[in-house]
Amino acid sequence: MLDIKNLHATVDGKPILKGIDLSIAPGEVHAIMGPNGSGKSTLAYILTGREGYEVTQGEILFEGQDLLEMEPEERAVAGVFLAFQYPVEIPGVPNTTFLKEAANAVRKARGEKELDALGFLKFVREKTKALGISDEMLKRAVNAGFSGGEKKRNEVLQMAVLEPRLAVLDETDSGLDIDALKTVADGVNALRGPERSMLVITHYQRLLEYIVPDRVHVLAQGRIAKSGGKELALELEEKGYAEFTAAA
Amino acid sequence: MAGIMTDTTALQPYLAQHTALQAQGQAAAWLGGLRDRGMQRLAEKGLPTPRVEAWKYTNLRPLLKHDFAAPTEEDGLRIDRIPSLQPAAETTHRLVFVNGRFRSELSHLGSLPEGVTIGSLAALLREAPQRIEPHLGRLGSLDEHPMVALNTALMEDGFVLLLDDGVVLAEPIDVVFIAATGERALAFHPRNLMVLGRDSQATVLEHHAGQGEQATLSNLATEAWIGAGARLWHYRKQEELRSAFHLSSTQLLLARDASYDSFVLSTGARLSRNEVKAELTGEGAECHLNGAYLMRGEQHCDTTTVVEHKVPHTTCREMFRGVLDDSARAVFQGRIVVEPGAQKTDGHQLCQTLILSDRAEIDAKPELEIYADDVKCSHGATAGELDDAALFYLRSRGIPEARARHILIESFLGEAVQKIAAEGLCPALLSSVANWLAQTHDETHGEAA
Repeated sequence: MLDIKNLHATVDGKPILKGIDLSIAPGEVHAIMGPNGSGKSTLAYILTGREGYEVTQGEILFEGQDLLEMEPEERAVAGVFLAFQYPVEIPGVPNTTFLKEAANAVRKARGEKELDALGFLKFVREKTKALGISDEMLKRAVNAGFSGGEKKRNEVLQMAVLEPRLAVLDETDSGLDIDALKTVADGVNALRGPERSMLVITHYQRLLEYIVPDRVHVLAQGRIAKSGGKELALELEEKGYAEFTAAA
Repeated sequence: MAGIMTDTTALQPYLAQHTALQAQGQAAAWLGGLRDRGMQRLAEKGLPTPRVEAWKYTNLRPLLKHDFAAPTEEDGLRIDRIPSLQPAAETTHRLVFVNGRFRSELSHLGSLPEGVTIGSLAALLREAPQRIEPHLGRLGSLDEHPMVALNTALMEDGFVLLLDDGVVLAEPIDVVFIAATGERALAFHPRNLMVLGRDSQATVLEHHAGQGEQATLSNLATEAWIGAGARLWHYRKQEELRSAFHLSSTQLLLARDASYDSFVLSTGARLSRNEVKAELTGEGAECHLNGAYLMRGEQHCDTTTVVEHKVPHTTCREMFRGVLDDSARAVFQGRIVVEPGAQKTDGHQLCQTLILSDRAEIDAKPELEIYADDVKCSHGATAGELDDAALFYLRSRGIPEARARHILIESFLGEAVQKIAAEGLCPALLSSVANWLAQTHDETHGEAA
């Protein structure tokens, strides 16, 4: 599904990623862990096409397509989704309007029939129930004044609405208390399936107790320093990242 | 006409028109005197130039390139379309002015309660001039406002609303001004007067539009007296043609506990100025000046406000939001004056502009003049581009870039519209915003010679 080969990238001319190789097969959930500043979020933004990140070497293939050649919206309709670490507040745009625009943009690009207001409401209500998202939250402006937990639940709702093939979750656990974390993880787990892959970026092992990964990678100083099974996360929890930061 | 004209030459046509108007000899002596004073002041001061502080950022020189004629009844005889902020079927009272003249065959009035006069200034000056003598031309200084002086020198017609004490007008009054040209460029000077008695209430919807190819100058002056406890809601949409100059000056006087709520949406004219001066002369008076402007091409839009707090416990709120594309230019001059002793004044002003092009420009000049020590006053002006993070967020959800930009612009203005405009008008104002966005950059770029 996703093949990252020898990826090098800079931000403001400063090298951040220094040769990343990563393959994710359909249905797999991979976790990327690492200390702050190791390049985790940079990887997430490069996968989704944010400006300001320059790929200097390497390639990213998503279902055989050259991802780096595509605009952010093209990647989204192709099935790449990023749950933001810091979801953006957009005052003045009702959440429903935003979700409907997004759902229909994706449906249109995929050659599916667009949903009308009523059809969309029915569609979205099925998704909101499980995530504990109220109608009131749908009416409010996108993320404006949302609590940390509400913002993250809203990210998972968008993911449920857009039904991506590859979901990248960037520090989805940050700023969540344990109850909110469980709700969000349940929402994510409900979306796991044989055709959907996930890349879960996190600093702490805690999230991986709820979203159990198939593979865990340690990102340190712009490279994948170690890979292993889910037990690697526990090991990191115990020993910390010192080994990886000191080594380089 | 090429080259720079001197002020006196520029004034010749207006002087001739003034002389002709006065020679008709039908006017009451006080009215003739008022027009003469207007002409005198204009002759002394000349048309505003950027040397005058208040006109530093808005240069009227492009006016001099046109030979504006005074409209006759032949001009704009046929009107294609009457634009309005509300659907025609829902309009109870509508007054239509074409090139500044009242057109009764295009207008209609529903049933009105006792104590309401709605009509044209020309008719009132003819039939009952004594009813407006105490108020007409009494607000604002002609010295400070050369364009109002010009308006005064040539005033003939306009919109009049007189409400007796306690009269509440439930239905809004739709006032439509159409600049309509055929073969020649036209200048006209509508004069509006609103006098609201104690505890009376009214809503006025003003719409400015145009048809035809030639340049026009709409030089409007409005005086509004808002009596104790009275409320006036005043909504305006200015969508004149790109060949138009639109200069509007509103002078307000608010008595004790009076309130004025306004919203101006400007999308039209090649050059426009919306100037408001409010005097808060009674405790508890409240003044809300709001608006939004959307400009592109070579358009120039000036918003100038002066709010004078003359007594304690008065409030003003100003919120303007604008979007500038291409080489458009906007000016925001907002002055809040708190006179000595006007304690507990509460004045806030905010102008926020979204700049979509490197060539667009905003000049913002907020001014606070405070001569009292127990007041709450603030002002702010911001100018910025679309938020990159928000744009990326929308695109990352599959929304194409162009659409994402529209959503963000609409939300920037929509927020202002919903926060500050009357609820019933929001759909009309928002659809104007959507229409503006749907046009491409250069579709309406053309300007008359």
